[in-house]
Amino acid sequence: MKARIFVTLKGGVLDPQGKAIHHALDGLGFSGVNDVRAGKLIELDLADDTSDEDLDAMCRKLLANTVIENYRIEKVG
Amino acid sequence: MKSAVIVFPGSNCDRDLAVAFEAATGAKPAMIWHRDTELPADIDLIGVPGGFSYGDYLRSGAMAARSPVMQAVAQAAERGAFVLGICNGFQVLTETGLLPGALLRNAGGHFVCRDVALTVENAQSAFTSRYDAGETISFPVAHHDGNYFADAATLDRLEGEGRVALRYAEGVNGSARNIAGILNEAGNVMGLMPHPERVIEPAHGATDGKRLFDGLVEGLMARA
Repeated sequence: MKARIFVTLKGGVLDPQGKAIHHALDGLGFSGVNDVRAGKLIELDLADDTSDEDLDAMCRKLLANTVIENYRIEKVG
Repeated sequence: MKSAVIVFPGSNCDRDLAVAFEAATGAKPAMIWHRDTELPADIDLIGVPGGFSYGDYLRSGAMAARSPVMQAVAQAAERGAFVLGICNGFQVLTETGLLPGALLRNAGGHFVCRDVALTVENAQSAFTSRYDAGETISFPVAHHDGNYFADAATLDRLEGEGRVALRYAEGVNGSARNIAGILNEAGNVMGLMPHPERVIEPAHGATDGKRLFDGLVEGLMARA
């Protein structure tokens, strides 16, 4: 089983990386970009019997810092 | 008095911190590798140094916070040992949950490396007892992720409980309420982004950091 974990900064948490990307897009002439937020995608290759509880615990204990980040789990196959 | 400095792969201020601990305590600290699961018995003072532990993979301090030795550090902190986290060490302490909040990328996006002016907000703590409340001091900073973040309720609580030990007296990294260093609830754990260990002797050009270490030792002696 594979899972994709999307880690994103919570709303209200400043994202200088997103701002820099936004600025660079503006510089390339893409004027219609209203905002950019950058996050992380973490792909896990898991034993088939990995429980949802364990997967959630992996996110809470390490993959995301829930003080500043949200996470979304997407199971693939 | 027993002190220790934790060493992670990628730590680079561990030896500077060891020099500061030795100058203040009169004895060499034990250098504890991240894979170790035990600290010297009855440890009094633990330093979590600056650097780029685990190459800042995932988040600054995230991997180090989950290394075996940090469980021993948390247990020692629970017992009342003093724990000082500087720069990456501060990031590690927030990631372990020993201190609240998180350190985000600097608001300006740049790595900041210079001397900064700090205001001593709380001069009652063991870490700041040799300073005067309201005093302006100068420590160097060298970080990319020093922008302190916590929700408004946590910030209010820190302010209300006198747990903001040091505040930037100038704009540095976008930190919430200009927070540069905080204390835990019990007052025996401190994290700060600036580097007191880099200003402890005249050859460094300034000695404002020396009083932090001397005050800590004085506090430990008084407690013994």
